[in-house]
Amino acid sequence: MNLLKSRSARAAAGFVGAAVVLFAVAPLVLSDFRLGLLAKYLCVAMVAVGICLAWGRGGLLTLGQGVFFGLGGYAMAMHLKIADAGPGNLPDFMQLYGTATELPWWWQPFANPVFALAATFLLPMAVAALLGSFIFRRRVKGAYFAILSQALAAAFAIWLIGQQATTGGTNGLTDIQGFFGYALDDPVNQRTVYFIIAAVLLLLIALARQLIQSRYGELLVAVRDSEERVRFLGYDPANVKLVAYVVAAGMAGLAGALFVPAVGIISPALIGIVPSIEFVIGAAVGGRASLVGAVLGAIAVAWAKTALSEEFPAAWTYFQGLLFIVALAFLPGGLASLATVVRRRRAAAAAEKKAAVIPVGEAA
Amino acid sequence: MTVILGQTFTGISIGAVLLLIALGLSLTFGQMNVINMAHGEFIMAGAYTTYVLQKSISSAGISLLVALPVAFLVSGALGALLEWLLIRRLYLRPLDTLLVTWGVSLMLQQLARDLFGAPNVQTRAPDILTGNITLIGGDDPLTVANSRLFILGLAVAAVVALSLTLRLTPLGRRIRAVVQNRDLAEVSGISTSTVDRTAFFIGSGLAGVAGVALTLVGPIGPTMGTNVIIDAFLVIVVGGIGQLKGTVIVAFALGVLQSVLEYSTTVSVAKVLVLVGIVAFLQWRPQGLYTLRTRSLA
Amino acid sequence: MTGLEIRQLRVSFDGFTAVDGVDLDVRPGDLRFLIGPNGAGKTTLVDAVTGLVKAAGSVRFGGEELLGRSVHRIARAGIGRTFQTATVFEELTVLQNLDIAAGAGRSMWTMLRRRKGVPEPVAKAMETVGLTDLADSPAGTLAHGQKQWLEIGMLLVQDVRLLLLDEPVAGMSHDERQATGSLLERISAERTVVVIEHDMDFMRSFARSVSVLHAGKVLSEGTVAEVQADPKVQEVYLGHTAAEATADVAVREA
Repeated sequence: MNLLKSRSARAAAGFVGAAVVLFAVAPLVLSDFRLGLLAKYLCVAMVAVGICLAWGRGGLLTLGQGVFFGLGGYAMAMHLKIADAGPGNLPDFMQLYGTATELPWWWQPFANPVFALAATFLLPMAVAALLGSFIFRRRVKGAYFAILSQALAAAFAIWLIGQQATTGGTNGLTDIQGFFGYALDDPVNQRTVYFIIAAVLLLLIALARQLIQSRYGELLVAVRDSEERVRFLGYDPANVKLVAYVVAAGMAGLAGALFVPAVGIISPALIGIVPSIEFVIGAAVGGRASLVGAVLGAIAVAWAKTALSEEFPAAWTYFQGLLFIVALAFLPGGLASLATVVRRRRAAAAAEKKAAVIPVGEAA
Repeated sequence: MTVILGQTFTGISIGAVLLLIALGLSLTFGQMNVINMAHGEFIMAGAYTTYVLQKSISSAGISLLVALPVAFLVSGALGALLEWLLIRRLYLRPLDTLLVTWGVSLMLQQLARDLFGAPNVQTRAPDILTGNITLIGGDDPLTVANSRLFILGLAVAAVVALSLTLRLTPLGRRIRAVVQNRDLAEVSGISTSTVDRTAFFIGSGLAGVAGVALTLVGPIGPTMGTNVIIDAFLVIVVGGIGQLKGTVIVAFALGVLQSVLEYSTTVSVAKVLVLVGIVAFLQWRPQGLYTLRTRSLA
Repeated sequence: MTGLEIRQLRVSFDGFTAVDGVDLDVRPGDLRFLIGPNGAGKTTLVDAVTGLVKAAGSVRFGGEELLGRSVHRIARAGIGRTFQTATVFEELTVLQNLDIAAGAGRSMWTMLRRRKGVPEPVAKAMETVGLTDLADSPAGTLAHGQKQWLEIGMLLVQDVRLLLLDEPVAGMSHDERQATGSLLERISAERTVVVIEHDMDFMRSFARSVSVLHAGKVLSEGTVAEVQADPKVQEVYLGHTAAEATADVAVREA
């Protein structure tokens, strides 16, 4: 009981600390440009929160999070493009490429802000629920699941590129000007977007933490470690996995939606196979099973990418490759497990020392 | 009528390419259960081998023939090296293997960019493979590119060679023994680690051969492997783990499906429809087309 | 109240018939041992009852037909099993393992909240299998025998009425076997217990009734003495006398 109390006290302290850093320190010390970049990294961290839940806790290697990120991003961007164009007008790119004289039917509901906002997370969740219930119920798992999610990301990106007249094709939806009536080129509004993103991230972390600590969270670990055994206890593991998958999809969707006002673009290049797998690496480096590890890992890797890839693109690719290899082959628990690994090594070394001392004592 | 035949033959030739790139995987993924994302880069290595050889051997025909065994050795050696350095430490962690080999694949792509430059390069096809054969003459002719026929022949030859190796040679017997019961094979005096490495050498070598074939139908570039690797994995998943028969049938079936759908819709919609078809198929046969039923819990 | 009733059960894998028309009745409160040489179909029989393999025929428990139901539905009907190798959730504690086992019927709302305290059935089961002191230890750190007891405890908190145990004492020390045996005797007072076992000493000490399976069929059934005296059983074990046959089985399994 004491342990539990101190743990929740530590968590509360962590939340307060994170809030102070995100809401007070970062805006004070970072330039507007850097704060904008941080907003982008925080979006990546939101995806990592979902990955920590689905992969770290549930063992579902979700290599297709780009799809859900993209669904959320496009839902938001479609609304903002319609709003930018103004009533009665078509978004700029449609006038450029298209022969269409009015909005395609599947664009029309997104003119409604409430619909669009709800769609940013409900749409990915619905897609995940549909897909997941098919895949998990037929017990497609492990590698099969990972490959199918990857194929899904590839197919979605290819489809978007093919529909240039209605999705903007390879370019995606770009040059977004306003965010619910506020001009995005105004630094004050950009700052507000950053605050919204930081708040949503903290909220998602709190939600994920509650799930992980609940009875459901224990069951999810049980399913990860021995799905068959859980089935014999009378649970349907498919439902257990589905919840984690759907929640992770919703988080990725929100991340995509908030990415749009922060960066001003959503495009197929941000959601295909490569970005989907990049979402995973941050969580893996930080520690897939640890929320703090996954979030900090995602932010650190996204930061390293910006810092390195601009100046040394070749070096960045080698570094990224090495990250995958080192993090997964040699430190599967990520940096979050480093403390435990070191402690264990030390304990082992100490035990060895003791063992070495005893014979000497006997000899004397 | 000719249209249907034409689409079918296009499908078969897409299938032959799929089969060639998936064949090596049917050994490494299908038999050994290793998800090697760098398999695509072994294909790329085979293609660049062809490109390099053509610089020193002027005759396109001879360089292509030389490239087949050399590419097999180059990619095979890369595969054996990868197995020795990383994969053997990860046999019990398939999902981690996937991500680790993805990292390897990123590095190999960058290496290709540093060595050969980022833009795609081309090889010359030998004259004998540049023409077309007319299968049906007349007003509405059906012609087939010679290069496509060559790839089909190569794919069939590779399947036959692999299946004979697995069935008839002592090496093949050892591979199957290790796959079926690793511990028993070990106590029967088989060095499982040698068998693993040899199987990986062959599987990766086949990727190199596929790379040589791909130079006939498209450009050679650092990302050529990434573009085909997912399709290759899907072939194995749908065909059934460890089933050569399934791999062959599914490669051709997916090829024909893709080509027919491309004809009636667009390339991108066809891709999406094929994937939907695969998810639907796995509803019906979650373990793939062919599967061994056992009482094991896994 | 009726126990387990199996009629004409048949299981085949790709042409090989592992269980070939088995009839079996186990009354409530029985402690039935299933014995037989390797490949006799014992584990497959249990797999069929628990829905893990497809089977033809009929399996009824408490009058309810089980064949054709999905695995987790059979589990919810009060049928629980263990496996040859103990499968507990190694990264969770003893308490968490038992709590999960107890909770298949929990509401969504309960699931999404944290566990507070120790539920009554969980505490009782921990007491029964003697793991109360280890409640907060990760299951992965338990000794082999303790893991088996934890598994049995997990069946108890589920309140299963039929326990199917696949070689529960394999790899246990003598003391652990005795403890497990008396645990099974206590449990079977209120429930039906079926044990697959190769250890003949263990069987002789604790079985209330025995069924001998051979080549997918029931060869003999009765008390320990009756079965050992059955000439058919002796014939299967290479025509030896009963005592030698037992030794033979033990050797084969070793």
